[in-house]
Amino acid sequence: MAKIVINQKWCKACGICYGLCPKGVLDKDDTGKVVVKNPDACIMCRICEEHCPDYCIKIGG
Amino acid sequence: MLKDIEKLLRQDKMPHIWCPGCGNGIVMKAMLEAINSTGIDTKKTVVVSGIGCSSRATGYMNFDTLHTTHGRALAFATGVKLAKPELNVFVVTGDGDGSAIGGNHLIHAARRNIDINVVMFNNNIYGMTGGQYSPLTPHGKFATTAPYGNFDRAFNICDLVKGAGATFIGRGTVFHTKVLTEMIKGAIENKGFSFVEAVSICPISYGRRNKMGTAPQMMEWLKENSVPVKAASKLPPEKVAGKILVGELYKEEAPEFTQKYDELIARFQKGAE
Amino acid sequence: MEKLRKAQLLQGNQACAIAALEAGVRFFGGYPITPSTEIAEHMAAELPKLGGKFIQMEDEIGGMGAVLGAALTGTKAMTATSGPGFSLKQENIGFAAMTEIPCVIVNVQRMGPSTGGPTAPAQGDVMQARWGTHGDHPIIAVSPASVLEAYELTVKAINFSEKLRTPVIILLDETIGHMREKVELPAIETLELYERKRPSTPAEKYLPYETDETGIPEMADFGTGYRWHVTGLNHDETGFPTGKTDVIEKQLMRLLTKVEKYQEEITLYKTYKIEDAEYLFITFGGTVRPAMEAVEILRKEGMKIGLFQLQTIWPFPEEIVQEYCKDKKTIFVPEMNMGQIRGEIKKVVDNKEKLVGINKINGEIITPQEIVSKVKEVANKC
Repeated sequence: MAKIVINQKWCKACGICYGLCPKGVLDKDDTGKVVVKNPDACIMCRICEEHCPDYCIKIGG
Repeated sequence: MLKDIEKLLRQDKMPHIWCPGCGNGIVMKAMLEAINSTGIDTKKTVVVSGIGCSSRATGYMNFDTLHTTHGRALAFATGVKLAKPELNVFVVTGDGDGSAIGGNHLIHAARRNIDINVVMFNNNIYGMTGGQYSPLTPHGKFATTAPYGNFDRAFNICDLVKGAGATFIGRGTVFHTKVLTEMIKGAIENKGFSFVEAVSICPISYGRRNKMGTAPQMMEWLKENSVPVKAASKLPPEKVAGKILVGELYKEEAPEFTQKYDELIARFQKGAE
Repeated sequence: MEKLRKAQLLQGNQACAIAALEAGVRFFGGYPITPSTEIAEHMAAELPKLGGKFIQMEDEIGGMGAVLGAALTGTKAMTATSGPGFSLKQENIGFAAMTEIPCVIVNVQRMGPSTGGPTAPAQGDVMQARWGTHGDHPIIAVSPASVLEAYELTVKAINFSEKLRTPVIILLDETIGHMREKVELPAIETLELYERKRPSTPAEKYLPYETDETGIPEMADFGTGYRWHVTGLNHDETGFPTGKTDVIEKQLMRLLTKVEKYQEEITLYKTYKIEDAEYLFITFGGTVRPAMEAVEILRKEGMKIGLFQLQTIWPFPEEIVQEYCKDKKTIFVPEMNMGQIRGEIKKVVDNKEKLVGINKINGEIITPQEIVSKVKEVANKC
């Protein structure tokens, strides 16, 4: 299972990460910020990490 | 990867000031990735910026950084590079900062082929002042100062710097992050004036006014409207018209300015012996 | 006895350029403009021989920008221009004041406003030198009155900029810049030179705008591992932007007072036949020579008149000027503008009625005869 580290403090709820995640791993909380919904589905493509403008997501620790 | 570049980020200054969904953070990350992967000496690296949203990047990058006056980053950077050619010099600029008020410095730095790597964050708008049209706002698009649509025609900024004499030109987008990183690496490796256009997104001041949707939707738009430059040559013209060409656009060998100057100095020193 | 070099025939602009090189300037960024171009030409020829760098930029603004970039690498850097170019450089001069980058700007004044008279002398940029860039800021300006002074004051200007980390303006004028005369320059080994203070702390403890009692922060050269941030935004001791009003005020007050603090050292002036003087000329730059000649003529006719020459224009030496104005019957202020220096004297003189301007702005220097007739006209009325 991929280790997904989220830094919610820097997240601005833009929605790019869960918008681009091809496997539905990420979702938003009620403020729109990123949360990990389905970690088992992560294929470590790092699309979320590369496209997060706010440096909030690290895949693989 | 983020964990590899964290050391190049001034983490105590984060989170950065950019709006939700702004592409600038992505471009800055591509720069840090490229710098990290080429292994250049980060103590001998200087990043210079002008004024505007993109130019705030210098505050977050852990090098010697210089946040100058509007449009003048390349002039300051020219002084840094010529005075100390052993430094790796980058310029971070925006479409307004770099192609309007700083346009003269851009063409002349390219003409000299001075070894500076320019990354132009192109979000098609003046974001910091709230959404006025820039020389890279496409014709017909809306801005606070183009309430009836933009009459101006936009520059093809990569063609402009090519005409001016740049020796490496590439384009990436905040969707095509790998291409973008590769282009910045190409810029670093080129010993001469290098220019990378980083097509970014500004959901707040450009996207909203032009009904382009949310940040993920603008990302989707970039994906749909970009064509790799290598593929473009094999496609019928109608498939390429109006598209953003991404990848390496131009490369040539030419004498570099500071090297020529150092050769002149060496000539005098030899004469003195 | 003072050690001097063999006499040579030099132009003011040339003397300025020679002084800059001898004081350690190793970078020049500029743009051609009359009547300052000889400085750039001299630099272009000589800098590469000394391992220094010259660049002709695409415009005046770029010239100033390049100078500041070079100065940040630890290089002593200079530019030269005239009125129209001086106008264009103002924003970046403000940047230098705000970020405390040492640099020297030579303004060989010509007639203005606008394109004015490129080869005609004037002294109309006194106020622009002080207030040309926006906001409250420190500035130092010196104004040479001879070819020898062009040399001496250029050395001083470079020292002031390095010591105080502030832009210093050399207000030459077309008269002095283009005048050739015989000079005996001081021997190079007699020059006292100053370099900015480099950090005494390691990089991890470096606060770029922290100061001790000197009021002047230590400056790291770019590329030496200090990784500092330079911004024209309001910033705190760390160099990073701040919106805290108390911190902003503290930093700006330090900027302003750091120059005031050294005013005694910065203030340079000369006096001529002043001991028994009842009347006084106060003047500067290219108007000093004709005023001195006027002193000679008037003294022959029995008038006890002397001359006070301002070499340092900014910060204006209020106390000293006030002292010299005391007990004088009339103070005449000849200048090739409509009273820019006279206005400063007016602020400090005990009786404003005693102050008389002798002004000319038609592109010719003020002649000794013109000065003499104006003095007589006023004195006869008294």
